[in-house]
Amino acid sequence: MDQALTITLTVNGTQVTRSVPARQHLVDFLREDLGLTGAHLGCEHGVCGACTVRVDGDVVRGCLMLAVQANGCRVDTIEGLSDSKELEKLQKAFHEKNALQCGFCTPGMLMAAQELVLQKRKVSREEIRSHISGNYCRCTGYQAIVDAIDEVING
Amino acid sequence: MKAPSFAYAKPRTMEEAFELIERPGAKVLAGGQSLIPSLNMRLSAPELLVDITGLDALKGITLEQGVVRIGALTTHAALERSPEIAKHVPLLAEAVRHVAHPAIRNRGTLGGSIALADPAAEYPACLAALEATIAVRSKDGERLVKAEPFFKGLFEVDLRPGELVAAVEVTAQLKDERSVFLELARRHGDYAIVGLAGIKTQKERRLAFFGIGAKPVVLRPGSLEAAKASLPMPSADLYHTAATKLHLAKVLLERAWTRL
Repeated sequence: MDQALTITLTVNGTQVTRSVPARQHLVDFLREDLGLTGAHLGCEHGVCGACTVRVDGDVVRGCLMLAVQANGCRVDTIEGLSDSKELEKLQKAFHEKNALQCGFCTPGMLMAAQELVLQKRKVSREEIRSHISGNYCRCTGYQAIVDAIDEVING
Repeated sequence: MKAPSFAYAKPRTMEEAFELIERPGAKVLAGGQSLIPSLNMRLSAPELLVDITGLDALKGITLEQGVVRIGALTTHAALERSPEIAKHVPLLAEAVRHVAHPAIRNRGTLGGSIALADPAAEYPACLAALEATIAVRSKDGERLVKAEPFFKGLFEVDLRPGELVAAVEVTAQLKDERSVFLELARRHGDYAIVGLAGIKTQKERRLAFFGIGAKPVVLRPGSLEAAKASLPMPSADLYHTAATKLHLAKVLLERAWTRL
């Protein structure tokens, strides 16, 4: 029998209170309990980066954090950052540079890339590659993704 | 896969934490970046997870009388950003960039990594090369263990039931000392095939290899040739033979030697 715990957190600016099983990870909670299916579930052991979300301002793996650990936290997902237009420039650049094909990795890729954008400094392509090294894309070969991020950061 | 069923508790005080971790089937949860994958893959089946991330006594980086004390709950990202670490423990500042990826560095902790003691992880070798001290705490108080004997074997450390890693203490690097960190991995952020953490002091060179044995392999060689000769035959892994690893270890050794 799963232990149920009550958690209260702020998801994309809205406070929610739910009862969750101790073993449920954050991305399953977001997808199944809140219907926020933008964060994807790929490998489920922290390798692919498709489940990347932001917790208290830092990007994290949604599959490597329990929902109960997000109690009291501020969680932002691709849905929230799209609606707030925070990702507008990145999304436009991804579109223009053809930086996605199937799109499965894209929400995680945008979340990870935005963390680099927020550092507000010039970065080399090498640093961009290093920063997104934890996000796997099986379609593009990364070149176009790096182009898109490079354009937003370095103009 | 999904994690098996377990109970969860988040203690607010150290006393509460020590009471919880002594319960049967209890496992300590810090950043969870190794534990949660092992739960998801059902390689681990604890009955109770004790989430210690609310314990302020295990947080923070302080410098006192030439000793840097790093709380066990310090995340990789916090180490990476810390001006104290960059200035006084440059070896760790260099190593942390090789630890996984930004999203994992935001949650994974120093204490968690050394309590797990993965043979291909960066910190155990760094701490051995630094001759760091691990502060281990239980309800009876704190004891200090030198890094080298702390790492006893494959995923095996000198932690008794009821004990937690509280902090790591490192002597701040002196002006005439140098450090080097080198790692070979297939992809950025992967666990190392072979890695090397090295320190040069006035007295000696200390080289700690990781990825070649069950625990850090520490050498204090007088010469490069002596170092090469004293490298033990590494254990093979799924992708690399022992001979390949030995060759790569020697490559890193030569690179490190020229930089130290």
